[in-house]
Amino acid sequence: MSTLPEPIEQLLEAALVGELTVVDSTGHPVTYPLIPLYDGERIYLTSSTLFSRKLEHIKGNPKVSLSITDPVAVGGRTDRATIQGDARVIEEDPHGGWERLLPIWEKKEPSIVYFLKARVALPLFFERSLIEITPRRALYWADGDAATAPVVSDAGKAAA
Amino acid sequence: MGATAATGPLPRTPALDVDQGLAKLATYPYVILTYVDHDGYPVSVAVDAVIDGASGTASFAAPAGLVIRTGVDISLTGSHIRPQPGYGYDERRHVTVWGRATLGADAEAGRVTFTASRAWGWDEAEVPFFEYSERSTGQSKKYFDALSVERGTPVKPKLSFGWLALRTTRLPFLSATIVPVVLGIAIAARQGSFDLLTAILTVIGAAFVQLGLNVANDVFDTIQGADDANVTPTQFSGGSRVIQYGLVSLRQMAGLSTIFYVLAGVIGLILLALRGSPELLVIGVVGFIVSIGYTAPPLKFVYRGLGEIAVAVGFGPLMLLGGYVVQTRGALSWEPFVASLPVALLVALILYVNEIPDRRGDARAGKRTLPVRFSKAAVIGGYRGAAILAYVILVAGVVAGLLPIPALLALLTIPLALQVSRGLEPNYDNPYGLMAVMGVNVKVHLYAGLLLLAGYAVVLILGAVAPSVNLFIGR
Repeated sequence: MSTLPEPIEQLLEAALVGELTVVDSTGHPVTYPLIPLYDGERIYLTSSTLFSRKLEHIKGNPKVSLSITDPVAVGGRTDRATIQGDARVIEEDPHGGWERLLPIWEKKEPSIVYFLKARVALPLFFERSLIEITPRRALYWADGDAATAPVVSDAGKAAA
Repeated sequence: MGATAATGPLPRTPALDVDQGLAKLATYPYVILTYVDHDGYPVSVAVDAVIDGASGTASFAAPAGLVIRTGVDISLTGSHIRPQPGYGYDERRHVTVWGRATLGADAEAGRVTFTASRAWGWDEAEVPFFEYSERSTGQSKKYFDALSVERGTPVKPKLSFGWLALRTTRLPFLSATIVPVVLGIAIAARQGSFDLLTAILTVIGAAFVQLGLNVANDVFDTIQGADDANVTPTQFSGGSRVIQYGLVSLRQMAGLSTIFYVLAGVIGLILLALRGSPELLVIGVVGFIVSIGYTAPPLKFVYRGLGEIAVAVGFGPLMLLGGYVVQTRGALSWEPFVASLPVALLVALILYVNEIPDRRGDARAGKRTLPVRFSKAAVIGGYRGAAILAYVILVAGVVAGLLPIPALLALLTIPLALQVSRGLEPNYDNPYGLMAVMGVNVKVHLYAGLLLLAGYAVVLILGAVAPSVNLFIGR
């Protein structure tokens, strides 16, 4: 069930990259550019074990945000959004568990299937955990301009 | 046994000071202001910032409707990709600068001043993705170690058995063994000595020696720190990496190498029993010493700049003469020896070129290979000299009547060697650009060997159908 306003869903579906921000053990925000994958209810990101520090941070503090800000990465759209939510790390099977998201991932990065066929060349890159974000609140800038106050929607209520 | 040189963990990305971080941030069309709000969730908003590197600050208009926190660290991030339709994207880079915000008063009301304190980022134009990944293998190990503790059972990265076997043994490189051994057998056959069973056993036994060597090489390079220090491995260089990636343990690799050597030894003993050749015994013993001594202490030839000689001897005369004497029951002649020399030089050049991208890591680990010891010009000159020598020996062998005229077919690989020679200069400092060159260089050896074999096939066929045709000059 959709929990986010439609324009934000469209941004998530279009975005080649979004900025995931997690909070480290000292309370500092740490931002990682990642491909957002949206299934209509929750937002997923995948992280190789090579770059798994973000997973440690999420396990310590599940409060995260994902922002979509780059017009170039969303096909020229100028609207922007930040989604705050609770993240959990899904890591039952780092070897293949993430592959259920491959169809969505492939739509944004078609080359990933070719790289996956050659996973012997970069095996640790394809040992991956999933980050599942349940949206709680969303901030939306229709004109993409921070001079305008964002429209804030409470996604948590919709998800409940 | 510890590493022979300082090989502490390398930083995942180059250190970035505040000035550099702000300078990079200034190249992005907008920055993403991020702070943790009072609910504990991060908030991000795109702002247009004015970067002042001289004062280590950035300023921007306070975003409407949001209350920026002061007195805690906030961050400014720049992020860039270039979409590539049908592929994905490239030109990945990002930078984050942390610092504190102060809110302007009076005339500056509505402006936020950000004072930077630290920075971090990655630009794939500076650190290629594959190198970034290699530098991050420690983080992957840490992740799996923590997961193992959490679950109370070991959790390791995986590869399917086939891929793992291929990667662990570096199976495709067996051409380095098959070419000279089969050539030795072919030369013996031309001289009238051929036995199918022992020919097959020789190829299998020699292959086990190389597999033992390949795996032992990873074991001893890991023990001595060379593979850990190498952050720019390619499919041709830097070892199999299965130990570094946690796919196979050092102990398992040592066991596997031992098994391969034992199998090689057993086959060697069977061949000795079948053919009764003391020459084969000598070749086998010397071959084993050269093979294990390639990376293993105390000999560790490759660490002393003698790797090329060890490889040339092992995969040239020893392999070729080994294949030959099994068939001839120990009889030796100049023909297989001369034929082995171009093969030896070309196989040594595979190692030589493959050491070029490894040279920085090798130097850190005290592995003093030739590219570590010599300048770029000298190394490239060395390649050209050795390649020319290989072809000169081949022609001289034919002119002297020691090799058959069809052996000159191997000269067809000269354009490939020229391609390698030309490719070394522009790619010398680019490990990933050098990959294609290394690939062609492997083909130079493989194709030259196959063409030599083809030449001997011509000799054998003509010998059968037209024995009066002389394919040796001066005979």
